[in-house]
Amino acid sequence: MSLRVEDLTVYYQTLRGDVRALECATFSLADGEIMGLAGESGCGKTTLANSLILLVPPMRHVAGRVLLDGRELPICDVEAMNRYRFKEISVIPQYAMNAMNPTRKIGRMAMELLRSRRIDAKRALPELERRLDLVELSHNVLKMYPIELSGGMKQRMVMVLSTLMDPSLLLADEITSALDVSTQKAVVKMLVGFRDREIVRSVIVITHDMSILYQIADSILIMYAGQLAEKGPTETIIHSPRHPYTKLLITSLPKVGVKHDETRLKGIPGKPPLLLDPPEGCRFRERCPVAFEACREVPPFLEIEPGHFVACWKETEPNA
Amino acid sequence: MLKLDGVSKTYRVGTFGGKQLQAVSEVSFEVSDGEVVSLIGESGSGKSTIGKMILRLVTITGGRILFDGRDISTLRGNAMKTYYREVQGVFQDPFSSYNPIFKADRVFEIVRDHFYPGVNDREWDEKVRSSLEAVGLNPRHVMDKYPHQLSGGQLQRFLIARALLLDIRFLVADEIISMLDASTRIDVLNLLAGLKGRGLAVLFITHDLSLGYYISEEAAILYRGCVVERGQTEKIYDRPIHPYTQMLMASVPRLDQKWEDVEIELRAKQEEPSTGCVYFERCPKARRDERCRDQRPPLVEVEPRHFVACASAGKEG
Repeated sequence: MSLRVEDLTVYYQTLRGDVRALECATFSLADGEIMGLAGESGCGKTTLANSLILLVPPMRHVAGRVLLDGRELPICDVEAMNRYRFKEISVIPQYAMNAMNPTRKIGRMAMELLRSRRIDAKRALPELERRLDLVELSHNVLKMYPIELSGGMKQRMVMVLSTLMDPSLLLADEITSALDVSTQKAVVKMLVGFRDREIVRSVIVITHDMSILYQIADSILIMYAGQLAEKGPTETIIHSPRHPYTKLLITSLPKVGVKHDETRLKGIPGKPPLLLDPPEGCRFRERCPVAFEACREVPPFLEIEPGHFVACWKETEPNA
Repeated sequence: MLKLDGVSKTYRVGTFGGKQLQAVSEVSFEVSDGEVVSLIGESGSGKSTIGKMILRLVTITGGRILFDGRDISTLRGNAMKTYYREVQGVFQDPFSSYNPIFKADRVFEIVRDHFYPGVNDREWDEKVRSSLEAVGLNPRHVMDKYPHQLSGGQLQRFLIARALLLDIRFLVADEIISMLDASTRIDVLNLLAGLKGRGLAVLFITHDLSLGYYISEEAAILYRGCVVERGQTEKIYDRPIHPYTQMLMASVPRLDQKWEDVEIELRAKQEEPSTGCVYFERCPKARRDERCRDQRPPLVEVEPRHFVACASAGKEG
C-alpha cells in the first residue's frame, strides 16, 4: 500500500472562523494505482492535495495522519517535509503553464533545482534527456525560455521536472484543463506511461472532467463539500454509482450522441453549502432526492463491496 | 437571418506590426431563426474572433457579414443601436464581465439608460423580473447582490437575462459554460435550448464536442481560421470525413467508450503554408498528395447538409 490517509481534517483559518474544507478523509492508494479525484469547484480536492505536500497557513491541520509507504509523513512540519517533497511525493501544480521561472532558461532552472536537492547535476543530465525523449520533447528545450514553448510542451516539461526524482506519489492537479483535446490526450497518456515505466509509483489525478478519468484512472474518488462521497473502481463509479450525488453528477454530463430534443438532461438543483458554517450531518442532504431522517448524522465512509466505499445512509443501512 | 460571406480577419503582429496573422480566412455559413449552430475548434482556431466580428468588436478584413440582408459593417449611429438591440453576446468568464465594486444588477440599469430611457420604474421592474424568471432565477435571491455573492452559473444566467431585456434575436455564446461546474452547466445549456423555442438563434462557440452535439442542429469545425467541415450535427459526428475532424473525434474523452489507439502527432505547428490546405502539416493522408500542398480545397457537399474541405474526401466512398 503506497499511500494511506486516515481521518485527515484540514480547516482554513479566516477572520470569520474556520472554513471546514476537508473533513475526516480516509482512503488508501495501492501501488501503481492512478486515482482520479473529482468534484465541483470548492469541494476540497485541491485542499486534499495541498495538505499532502504543502500544509501552510491559512490551512490548519486539525486531525488525522498520512502514511506513505508505511512511514508517517510530518505534514504539519513544513521544514521536515522538505526531505520528502520532490523525492517521495511530488506535484504537478494547477496552472503548471506558469510554474516555470520565466527569466531562466529551462535547462538552467532544472540544474538549479537538482543542486538545491544536493544532486550532481552533470550526472543527472543523461537521465533528464532520456525523460525528455519519453515525452517527445527535443533536447533543445533545455536551451530555451519557457515563453518559447507551447502550452502542451510546457505541461510536458513540468511533468518531467516534477518526476525527475522518481517520487513514490505524484499529485497532478488539473493538468489538462487548459489544453486542446488532442494535446490533452497525449499528455495524460504520457502520465500513464510514467506509471507503467515505474517512474512514479502511484498518481492522484485531480480534475473536474470525469470523462478524462474514465480514460486513464483505475479508481475514482468523488468529493462533495469537503467530505468524501464515494470511492471505487472507475467502471463502478461511472456505470453503477451508489451515492446519490455521484449518480446525479454522472447523469448530468452531456455525451456525444445525446441530443437536447430527444433526451433532456437535468442538473442538480441547489448549490453546495458554505463551508464556513456547514450544516450538520450529510452535506449533500439539502440537494439530495432521497434524504431522510438518518441524514442528520454524518454518514460513515464504508466499504459496501470490495474496493467500493460510499458515505450514504441509504446504502450502508438499507433497512433504515 | 445572419449570413457570413467569405469573412476573413488578419491581425498585424510582431513588434512593429510587420507580420501578419491570418486568424480567420474566408469563412461562410448561415444561421436561421430558432437555430443553434456550434462553432467547434481548438484554441487559436479563430472561433472567438468570428464571434467578435459578428458583434462588431473587431473589424473585418475581408468578406461581409449580413444580418437580415444588411451588411453590418455599414451600420452607423441609430442603425448600430438597433443592431445591438437584436444581436448580443455572452462570454466565457462571468466573473470578469462584471465590475466587482458595483452590484451585479447594474448591468440591467445600463441597458435601461441606453435603450429604454422612457420606461417608468414599475414597467421596468416587471420587465427585469420576467426576464430573470425566463432564465430560471428567482429575482428575490439575486437582485441587490454583489458579483462575489452570486455563483458562476447565476452570473452567467444574469448576463443572458440582460440580453433578453432587449428584443434579442441572435445570441453569440462564446464558451459560456466552460467555467461552470458540471452540476450547473447543464442548466445553462438547457436554458439556451429553451430560448431556441422562442425563435432565438444562437451561435454556440465551444471546444467541447459533446456540448455541441447536445444543443445544436448544425456544426462547423474550424482549424486555423478555416472551416474544414460543416453540416448537420449528426452527420459530422457519425461520419466525420476531414482527417482533422476524425482526429478530433478520436481524442475527445468520452464516458461511453475508451480511447482507441489513434496515434496523435505532437509536432509543433509549422508556419502556415501560404497556398495549400491548412491541415497539410499534420494530415496523415496528405503526404501522398501533391495537390494538398499547393491548393486549398474548397468546401464540397459530400451528402445533403454535409460539407467538407478535403481533397481526398469522398474517395474512400
